[in-house]
Amino acid sequence: MALRGRRRPGPELTASLTGGAPGLPAPSELELGRRAYRARRSRRSTGVALVSTLVFAVVAYLVVTRSPGWPRVQTTFFSLSVGRDAFPSILRGLWLNLQVLLIGGACVVVLGLGIAVLRTLRGPAFAPLRLLATGYVDLFRGMPLIITLYLVGFGLPALRLQGVPNSPFVLGTLAIVLTYSAYVAEVFRAGIESVHPSQRAAARSLGLTHRQTTRIVVLPQAVRNVTPALLNDFVALQKDVGLISVLGAVDAVRAAQIYVGQTFNFTPYVVAGLLFVLLAVPSARIADGVAARARRRQQSGSVL
Amino acid sequence: MSAVLDVRGVVKAFGDNVVLRGVDLSVDEHQVVALIGGSGSGKSTLLRCASLLETVDDGQVLLDGEDITDPRVDADAVRRRLGVVFQAYNLFPHLSVLDNVVLAPTRVHGRSRADARDEALTLLGRIGLADKAGEYPDRLSGGQQQRVAIVRALAVHPRVLLLDEITSALDPELVGEVLRVVREVAAQGMTIVMATHEMGFAKQVADTVCFLDAGVVLESGPPEQVLGDPVEPRTRQFLSRIIDAGRL
Ligand SMILES: Nc1ncnc2c1ncn2[C@@H]1O[C@H](COP(=O)(O)OP(=O)(O)OP(=O)(O)O)[C@@H](O)[C@H]1O
Ligand SMILES: [Mg+2]
Repeated sequence: MALRGRRRPGPELTASLTGGAPGLPAPSELELGRRAYRARRSRRSTGVALVSTLVFAVVAYLVVTRSPGWPRVQTTFFSLSVGRDAFPSILRGLWLNLQVLLIGGACVVVLGLGIAVLRTLRGPAFAPLRLLATGYVDLFRGMPLIITLYLVGFGLPALRLQGVPNSPFVLGTLAIVLTYSAYVAEVFRAGIESVHPSQRAAARSLGLTHRQTTRIVVLPQAVRNVTPALLNDFVALQKDVGLISVLGAVDAVRAAQIYVGQTFNFTPYVVAGLLFVLLAVPSARIADGVAARARRRQQSGSVL
Repeated sequence: MSAVLDVRGVVKAFGDNVVLRGVDLSVDEHQVVALIGGSGSGKSTLLRCASLLETVDDGQVLLDGEDITDPRVDADAVRRRLGVVFQAYNLFPHLSVLDNVVLAPTRVHGRSRADARDEALTLLGRIGLADKAGEYPDRLSGGQQQRVAIVRALAVHPRVLLLDEITSALDPELVGEVLRVVREVAAQGMTIVMATHEMGFAKQVADTVCFLDAGVVLESGPPEQVLGDPVEPRTRQFLSRIIDAGRL
């Protein structure tokens, strides 16, 4: 990944927390007082957060379970037995979603990066390419994903062209890649533009060609700048892969749907939904962590 | 003997703002030329034209007799023969000090990594930064970064080194360490053109001082003459302002 190799130890930080770096003078009364105050304050805000969360949870629980329709809702949406029966086939479907996610995600990065680079090319010779890339982004960023899915999933096979696959898995992935590449291209482009022109000047003055400059100097910095935003898009992609079900691919959503159709119980949807959430949580935490690290790097130690 | 760098009647305008109105400047091998002049007089612009970071609007720049302002010339090949150091260092923040220095020798000049690395470490050692080779630029002081930038420019064995006010972003106590490096490089025979506000340094190191004013080289000659006893009233005026500011 782009963030490789920049991990730095923070001896100052750990030392100030444990208060005992060798060679550091013993903390003064003043500093001890400040530390005690900070600790008190953080204990208090943790307490407030805990209590308010608890109160909210209890209230929400009571309101829902005391509602007149609750018994019915419980049996149709939260039936343990139906959930257990549906679980294996939904999980098998989720494996398909995961494949779409990984293959599609990789394609999105490559295509998005390519389009972003095309959009930043200067000079009249590249005008047609630039125009094409801009048109692509405008089209697929504006088009609702569901419509792209229908057009690609049903329109493309209808052409009956030689060699066009008609598996909903392939076509669904293609539609998702088309849409997401447009978004990701814009993220990359913002990253490329965030690298100061003086970096380019420095690289060119060393004799690097335009291409080398882009590849060795600009893109690595651009990618590093936009990694948090990219991870955010990845989390969004994670749930949108569930949309391939509209093409008939038997993914987690479709598997749940089949089950719902048989039992008239909506619990399988809840199961599928929770599985998607579980899938998203690690990526969301990684995204948070990366964003926090990027922030730290920019401020290098400031508390604000 | 023909000049290494020969600027002939260079004109450069940004929109309506004509910055250079026919600049002539000739730099011989092993010579150190200092460009002085008020803020906005076009020193940076002239250096950027000479390093093909800007296209000139008229006139010529010759490098070893070759007209590098000719659009048929391969600009990348020309820049390979030049070394440029900027006011704001412009080190690559995602590369270590060593990788900054070996980037051009390996990627542009096709030298082996081991070979380029050895030379880079020697050069870094000479400026007292060999132990910082693995460090990232933002962990260095401004003076250290600027010295690395000089080494990065030297690592490609340029025909001429172009320095653009390389000490003006530095705290006063860091200026000395950077100028010491420049002095050493000059003593080894490097051809140098430097825009500078450090008149004392120009006096010590430069063979020729050029005063740039209103888009032309108004006065040029040995430092004792231009800085000590200028002919042109405008030069006198500029220098007296500098003296008032305590910089000479
Ligand atoms: N890219 C640009 N676009 C428009 N105007 C520019 C550009 N670069 C420089 N200029 C203008 O050209 C003039 C000369 O600028 P230049 O940077 O060459 O001056 P300088 O002599 O280096 O000044 P300083 O000592 O402050 O660095 C200024 O009026 C500046 O506004
Ligand atoms: Mg300048």
